[in-house]
Amino acid sequence: MTLVQNFPFFSIVIAMFSGIVSSVLSGKQARNLSIGAIVITTVMSGAVLAFCLGTGESYTYMMGHFPAPWGNEIRAGVLEGLTALLFGVVMLLSVVGGMGHTFEDVEESKLNLFFIVIDLMLSSLLALIYTNDLFTAYVFVEINTIAGCGLIMIRQVGRSFTSAIRYLMMSQLGSGLFLIGLTLLYDVTGHLLMSPAKEAVAAIEASGSYEIPMLVILAVISVGLAIKSGLYPFHSWIPDTYGYATPTASAILSGLVSKGYIFLLIKIFYRVLGRENVVASRIVNVLFLFGLAGMIMGSVRAMLETDTRRMIAYSSVAQIGYIYLGLGLGTQDGVIAAIFHMFTHSATKALLFISAVGLYEVSGDKKDYLSLRGAGYRNPLAGIGFTVGALSMVGFPMLSGFISKLLFASSALLSPHKMLPTLIGLALSTVLNAVYFLRLVTTLYSPATPGAVVGEMRKRTKAAHWMLGGATCCFILLNLILGSFSQPVVRAIAEGLAMFE
Amino acid sequence: MSRRKDDLADSRWGRFKRWLDGEVDPLMAPDMETVAPRSAEAAGQAGSAVREEAAGQAGSAVRAETGGQAGSAVREEAAGQTGSAVRAETAVQTGTAAAVQAGAGSAVRQAADRTALAGTDGSVRSAAQAVLPAKRRKGRLYDRVYQVMSVILCLGIISVLLWTIAYLPVFGNAGNPDNNEVSARYIERGLQETGAVNIVTGMILDYRAFDTFGESCVLFIASCCVLVLLRIDKESGAEGVKERLKAADDRRFEPKEDIILQKCAMVLSPVIFVFGIYIILNGHLSPGGGFSGGAVLGSGLILYLNAFGFEKTERFFNTKTYRRITVSALSFYCLAKSYSFFTGANHLESGIPLGTPGAIISSGLILPLNICVGMVVACTMYAFYTLFRKGDM
Repeated sequence: MTLVQNFPFFSIVIAMFSGIVSSVLSGKQARNLSIGAIVITTVMSGAVLAFCLGTGESYTYMMGHFPAPWGNEIRAGVLEGLTALLFGVVMLLSVVGGMGHTFEDVEESKLNLFFIVIDLMLSSLLALIYTNDLFTAYVFVEINTIAGCGLIMIRQVGRSFTSAIRYLMMSQLGSGLFLIGLTLLYDVTGHLLMSPAKEAVAAIEASGSYEIPMLVILAVISVGLAIKSGLYPFHSWIPDTYGYATPTASAILSGLVSKGYIFLLIKIFYRVLGRENVVASRIVNVLFLFGLAGMIMGSVRAMLETDTRRMIAYSSVAQIGYIYLGLGLGTQDGVIAAIFHMFTHSATKALLFISAVGLYEVSGDKKDYLSLRGAGYRNPLAGIGFTVGALSMVGFPMLSGFISKLLFASSALLSPHKMLPTLIGLALSTVLNAVYFLRLVTTLYSPATPGAVVGEMRKRTKAAHWMLGGATCCFILLNLILGSFSQPVVRAIAEGLAMFE
Repeated sequence: MSRRKDDLADSRWGRFKRWLDGEVDPLMAPDMETVAPRSAEAAGQAGSAVREEAAGQAGSAVRAETGGQAGSAVREEAAGQTGSAVRAETAVQTGTAAAVQAGAGSAVRQAADRTALAGTDGSVRSAAQAVLPAKRRKGRLYDRVYQVMSVILCLGIISVLLWTIAYLPVFGNAGNPDNNEVSARYIERGLQETGAVNIVTGMILDYRAFDTFGESCVLFIASCCVLVLLRIDKESGAEGVKERLKAADDRRFEPKEDIILQKCAMVLSPVIFVFGIYIILNGHLSPGGGFSGGAVLGSGLILYLNAFGFEKTERFFNTKTYRRITVSALSFYCLAKSYSFFTGANHLESGIPLGTPGAIISSGLILPLNICVGMVVACTMYAFYTLFRKGDM
């Protein structure tokens, strides 16, 4: 076993260990350790990706001295490496970009707790990506949920407490359903590791026994993870959660946490339940419908919103709808489009949240989007960042959002019954997206109403200013890369999915 | 005994109870956003708006509560003036009742400001009250429909799950899918491979140690989140820390130096501690282990705290001790298990002797790991308790 193959395990442990050690460090030391850990794990994920692309196959890694059906195991392949790499980059940029606000929003004695939460969030995301064991997945889903809750309420104002409670309730409901699903699955297969469980499921399907339990398992796991990732009818926690947390937390929660659950769902579909069974059970049709409804309703709600951050949060509901729409198509192409959109959305939504910070700063921190009039001139870089993000969400060519919409449309052409609703939904949602995003962008670049009080500008240190600017630039670059060099990414996703089977 | 009704009503428990009873609805209060706990002034200002509304809305409740204390005098005063808005104002003037509704500390100090405020926009408030009922009726209808729908949904889910159970393998049947090679190896070769007589411990701390590490991190992150939520830093020197600490401490409402409790605790706590340590140390030999033993230890600490007060426990257990213990236990767990995972995955010999099965020092890493888990669990339990009691350790 080469050194690179140890990297998935190393990166999980490094993130976790830095979280544990941070509890005795000061806020600044914890920050440095946390950033260091994110950088190291991201580099390691890159190395894993390169290794897997080189060898062209995935590998499993034994966590301990006991082989597969007895001991824990993690697994790395092209898709895992790619996702971990992208998540690491987005996490780093979100933490760096929101740093100034973090230091203002968080009490000084609690700063190290914030970075503990970030570290453990990173390790749980990595573990969700790499896991090859259903129960390990559940344990890290728990860590992820509690860490998410901590991220929301670390900004200690009333509204964020209530949104944290709401998040906790909804998320625990999802975890509970997921756990019920796992228990039932263990009862009928007798395995917790993914590969033996898949064989057992195949045997069950072939013999035709346990038909009803299998259907319930599939439904309960899908709905549980859908609630946790905020699919449309279960989205009620999203606007408050993303709207009132500190910017770093909003970016991480919307960009990464919900995607971690979707990735897990895809992994379970492919590696445990079997894609054919999932499609045959028609549960994908339910996901398809929910996704379609989410695309439209999320955009409509975003249009009705006047608070900028809540508007972006409702747009997340719509984008999650896109991803489930892709899953719901039930074809390989649909899943590729969904995963690509997952990447697009993490990069873009984090960009929007981070650059909105820059715009708020120069507009007196008001909630109403009309207060942002002329903010694009007052903070040019943040204005450009926001515009790029908005255009990418609308689907402007050259940007990543365009590619994912293209992929959705082209994969819809191959599934005859769902083609028309998908295309109509895409068109409608794009128009609605354009309405509210371009309204925001026009507001940014329309001159401020004469005589209106802009409000005092926030004073901030030079370092925070540079960090915010740098993070915005990197996010724009990431978006352009995903948009203009999409072919290698799409090919890597396809290769990774092939390894899942 | 320093138990007074006003103090209790203003305590965290009192406020929580009012919230439970539906008298104060934090979700509905429009100015929640501005109630920052760190600045007393801001809390006071924003709070006043919330308080007024609460007083106005729950007017009758306030009056009922005031009735007990201020008695008929208040009501007479109210009758002398006009309108329900004014009555709310009187409620505010009585101070204690307002504090009951307020939910934010140092209400009495703000009473004067509030009276002034209430005077100026009394008319606005009475207008708002006129609008309120219609809005409320609509809300109530929604609530009712919502309640009925959620009950139906829950019943639906319950019945589907129960229906599923009928199709699952029969419990305890030898031919069930979970009686496969996995459990067979755990039972047959568990002792030989892990050195632990207690197979369950062998399973969770050796075969599937990664999951257990995750579980201890769940405890760690949970206690971090409670710290985020409740901890008030004594040394931070920020404004209002003393008041916040005082408001959070609810031990002052309970009888101290309770002789019966103290005598019982003197007999019981040593036994509980020894029993907890026994469960942890014997985790690999008999039923038990870190999680259960840690819970026993933690409850012993809590009993001791209740009998003798914070001054006694702080001598040997404060935030610093808590941090040191958790960090060293979790770091040891992390490093030791990482070594074991690394050697296992790379097919190297770990070189950790398993010892003679049944001896107290045996089964390799399981004993030290059990100790670590036990310490983390005990500290977490105790930390939760003290944080909820007084906001610090």
